[in-house]
Amino acid sequence: MKLKLHVWRQAGPSERGRFVTYDTDASEHMSFLEMLDVVNEELESNGEEPIVFDSDCREGICGTCGMVINGRPHGPWKRTTVCQLHMREYGDGDEIWVEPWRADGFPVQRDLMVDRSAFDRIVAAGGYISVRTGSAPDANAIAVEQVDAEKSMDAASCIGCGACVAACPNASAMLFTSAKAAHLNLLPQGQPERYGRVLDMILTMEAEQFGTCTNHGACENACPKEIKIDVIAMLNRDYMKALLKAS
Amino acid sequence: MRRVYSLYSTSVGKKYTMAVSGAIFVLFVIVHMFGNLKVYLGPEAFNHYAEGLREFGEPFLGYEWFLWVFRAGLVAFLLIHTVAAWQTSRQSWAARGQKYKKQEKLVFHYASRTMRWGGVALLLFVVYHILHLTTGTLHPDFVPGDAYHNFVTGFRSVPVVAAYTLAMIALGLHLYHGIWSAFQTMGLDGPRTKRWRMPMALAVSLIVVLVNLSFPVAVYTGILQ
Ligand code: HEM
Ligand code: SF4
Ligand code: FES
Repeated sequence: MKLKLHVWRQAGPSERGRFVTYDTDASEHMSFLEMLDVVNEELESNGEEPIVFDSDCREGICGTCGMVINGRPHGPWKRTTVCQLHMREYGDGDEIWVEPWRADGFPVQRDLMVDRSAFDRIVAAGGYISVRTGSAPDANAIAVEQVDAEKSMDAASCIGCGACVAACPNASAMLFTSAKAAHLNLLPQGQPERYGRVLDMILTMEAEQFGTCTNHGACENACPKEIKIDVIAMLNRDYMKALLKAS
Repeated sequence: MRRVYSLYSTSVGKKYTMAVSGAIFVLFVIVHMFGNLKVYLGPEAFNHYAEGLREFGEPFLGYEWFLWVFRAGLVAFLLIHTVAAWQTSRQSWAARGQKYKKQEKLVFHYASRTMRWGGVALLLFVVYHILHLTTGTLHPDFVPGDAYHNFVTGFRSVPVVAAYTLAMIALGLHLYHGIWSAFQTMGLDGPRTKRWRMPMALAVSLIVVLVNLSFPVAVYTGILQ
């Protein structure tokens, strides 16, 4: 199928970017990223700079890939990352706009690649527990309620892709931060640091130039792992408790 | 003090203050609506109610004391709500310097996207509403003390009815998202709460809008004279 691609090209973090249009011929059996790989091979053979984008596992588990396709983070398919999107979604003559995540918390490095180290700093601020190291603990030594185990696992399925920030009209990082906090705050092992974690992660998030949550819900609809905004309510609740416990 | 400061130092804390002040407005809007329903009982009942507001708490409180404390409280909460709205909005605007060329709206409902301009519209409306029916400054035939007369004569003009209608639409949208959102912001999402909070927000906002709009319509169609 013949496609018209409008791709955001930006040479560096402080360069001005712009859309460049490419015509390409793709097969419906390709993945979206393979289609871009083919465009890049052509660009390279013409001596042009290839389109820079992030990817690693290409099976939806690492969270490295991510771009906004026709206005939707990770493209039109639900519950999928862009590496899982296939070209059978498109038809001959389609026009596709491809942009990087747009958020000041995620500065563009080049083309479609953004710097998501803000997420690493949020996790570093509170995404840990203190345990005695040594031999592996007995598997059933700490009982975890089934409901909590499920909720914690759901929150832990966040792959840190950043689609929530990209989709949010406020560019808020609340879904990610809440998921990372909830994952530990729901487990017995996460209790000792619970309220300090909440404060530290929120303060770090605030320092990273993300916007403020207004409960639009766009993050939940964009999340490839279907993280629910319930985790945001939990973080809000824990923040209040943390303030009451502090001072 | 430190707690108050830390509440206000993050957007999560600012949202709390918006949710609490917003919830107070919601209660006010509901009480205000019930009070106004008395207009259907005739001039005497309505004027008695209006006078009752001024005499509320007597003889323990002086004339109009309660009313002024009440007004001061509302203004204070309005200030908190508006300043927090302004600050969080600015933080969000600054968070996406480069806009998308294409952006699909993935939000739950349209109402959430009206909160900012709708809030400004409400602020303007509150000012107009006070100048219209409290002070009478923008009223063609204001009689101090005759609330029923002011009410009925105040809605005999198309532009006024149109302004109130637009304001009520803005209020309905703000209430629908605001009520639901306040539950989420305050972390009230227990299994049962979660089921009814959105339908309840819709029901409350619809009732408030329809009842409030019934007043100008009743005057305009001659049901209230
Ligand atoms: C001065 C005019 C007003 C402005 C500028 C304003 C603005 C805003 C904004 C920007 C939000 C945040 C949206 C969100 O986070 O979801 C909000 C929330 C809210 N507003 Fe207002 N508003 C105003 C007046 C009112 C009034 C008169 C009421 C009540 C009838 C009200 C009730 C609420 C509620 C309940 C919330 C939810 C708080 C939350 O999200 O947790 N607001 N307002
Ligand atoms: S919450 Fe969902 S959208 Fe946000 S970073 Fe995690 S997986 Fe990606
Ligand atoms: S490349 Fe790993 S999730 Fe897409």
